[in-house]
Amino acid sequence: MAEATGIDVKNLYKIFGSKGKEMVQLVKDGMSKTELNEKHNHVLGLNNINISMPGGKIQVVMGLSGSGKSTLIRHINRLIDPTDGEVLYGEEDVCKMSKDQLREFRRHKTAMVFQKFALLPHRTVMKNTIYGLEIQGVPAKESEERAARWIARVGLEGFEDHYPNQLSGGMQQRVGLARALTNDADILLMDEAFSALDPLIRMDMQTVLLDLQEELHKTIVFITHDLDEALRLGDKIAILRDGAVIQQGTGQEIVLRPSDEYIADFVKEVNRGRVILVDTVMDKTKTLEGGLTIPSGIMLEEAAKTFAETGQGEASIVNGDGKPVGVLNVQDTISAMVTPATH
Amino acid sequence: MDWIEFPSLGRSELLAIRKAVDGAFRDFTRAYGEYLERMFDPVQDFLVFLEHLLINSPWPIILIVFAAIVYLLSRSIKIAIGTVIALVLIGVFGMWENTMRTIAMVTVCTMLAIFVGIPIGIFMARSDRVQAFFNPILDLMQTMPSFVYLIPVVMIFGIGKVPGLIAVVIYAIPPMIRLTNLGIRLVDPDVLEAADAFGSNARQKLVNVQLPLALPTIMAGINQTIMMALSMVVVASMIGVRGLGQEVLNAINNQYLFIGLQNGLAIVAVAIIFDRATQAYGKRLQKHSEVVHG
Repeated sequence: MAEATGIDVKNLYKIFGSKGKEMVQLVKDGMSKTELNEKHNHVLGLNNINISMPGGKIQVVMGLSGSGKSTLIRHINRLIDPTDGEVLYGEEDVCKMSKDQLREFRRHKTAMVFQKFALLPHRTVMKNTIYGLEIQGVPAKESEERAARWIARVGLEGFEDHYPNQLSGGMQQRVGLARALTNDADILLMDEAFSALDPLIRMDMQTVLLDLQEELHKTIVFITHDLDEALRLGDKIAILRDGAVIQQGTGQEIVLRPSDEYIADFVKEVNRGRVILVDTVMDKTKTLEGGLTIPSGIMLEEAAKTFAETGQGEASIVNGDGKPVGVLNVQDTISAMVTPATH
Repeated sequence: MDWIEFPSLGRSELLAIRKAVDGAFRDFTRAYGEYLERMFDPVQDFLVFLEHLLINSPWPIILIVFAAIVYLLSRSIKIAIGTVIALVLIGVFGMWENTMRTIAMVTVCTMLAIFVGIPIGIFMARSDRVQAFFNPILDLMQTMPSFVYLIPVVMIFGIGKVPGLIAVVIYAIPPMIRLTNLGIRLVDPDVLEAADAFGSNARQKLVNVQLPLALPTIMAGINQTIMMALSMVVVASMIGVRGLGQEVLNAINNQYLFIGLQNGLAIVAVAIIFDRATQAYGKRLQKHSEVVHG
């Protein structure tokens, strides 16, 4: 598969209300969300969003309810029209597309998974899964062949003729995922896709998604309010608050260097062993001859496990070619895993 | 004192208004009456055809066909057997022909109401402005005593099947329109958003999502329409629609208690058959939502 195209969100504003366009300048001049609401009765949904979403990677947008994350994801396939700004997919600006162009874009370039599943209750699993292809006008036989593959891939083989209501929440969302994947689009938009599922099933679905992504390399935009989920899935994470991006970067960057109190509070409870790479903690000035080796690029928790299993106190970190790049000892590993963020 | 009497229009003014309105409508009738009548010719032809078919076919065939249709709709042997018993009783009491006439009439009225009502309901669901336009008209149709709109209908079409048909449809169509509108408006917005996100156009949304999800509500509308059409057959008989209603009218005029009761019960029996069959069908349409997993 060719390298997937990324999405560039540039200077995006969304103001809800009848005179949104006129209010943009006020917001650009620094008017706050509360002030805008009190003085002009308009709601600031998104405030100057700039995110460069890498192609073929998982971009997580995290925020609590009301932060504008669901509004943001709906700008990528323009289920919501922006007040100002650009959403670039390659050279194309989604915000400038005509109705027909937009429909084609939605049909062929994007697929979406919803928090409340949004399956068609009167259609079977199979008929739900082929919905996107049916809309595109793909013949039924071919659609069903393509859909059957994805139904099997998400683990729903044998349920093709069931109705959504006969399935559990986790299984329903598998249908939602199969429906999106069958579309074979470059961009996968996931709006709190796993938030309605209970924790074990959520972990399960995250694993399914990560496994799939390993072979598919789609550009995935994943919305969540759960930091653990964000850290587990996100190649890149953007944190939203009151409609503005307050920090973006990799999970490790956010955990190690939270940009303000708000985020520091957030990351306090995170299992750091699963976020921080051995490369961050190792001593790069030293190398070790022989002894225990740990591959570079794994998480501290994995390294700690190796230490515990072998009983050694020091290990050589080696890169992909087996060359030593640094030394990690148990002491540093443990302190990095437990030290709270100092800010 | 002056203000004790209500300042009403004088007799001559009222007369002038009356004459103007009646005259204008009479002119309209003379100019377009024939044209309008011809427009309804296909409907009348179909009604006559259906009536003849039902009356002239051997009764055992009709009985089997009715039982089969009811069974196919309801998938219930009980309702099918009930239908056969009711129809046999109707035949035994000598009301077979009139019942067939009434069934033909109600069938054609319902079909007309569906063909006209569902598209109007769809338009109403699409736009609040269209809804605001049609709602008062529907209110008027439902509250205006049917005898009042019989007057212009009779003026244009005279006495016979077509005016009866029109009167019945005017009376019976509002629930069809209202429930189509309501059913489409109640479709889960999340599912509609999903349809949008996959790039559905308006027609695809209507056919794949809105109509199927509104179907149970639309079926309730069809059921209501059938019931109201049946309840109108007595009034329709006043302008020359033959069938069970005519016998009831005859019984009222002559104070024949038994004939009135007998034909009234036949109407009830037909109503129950239609009602049970369509309701069971409507329920069957919702099968997919019955088994809810926790």
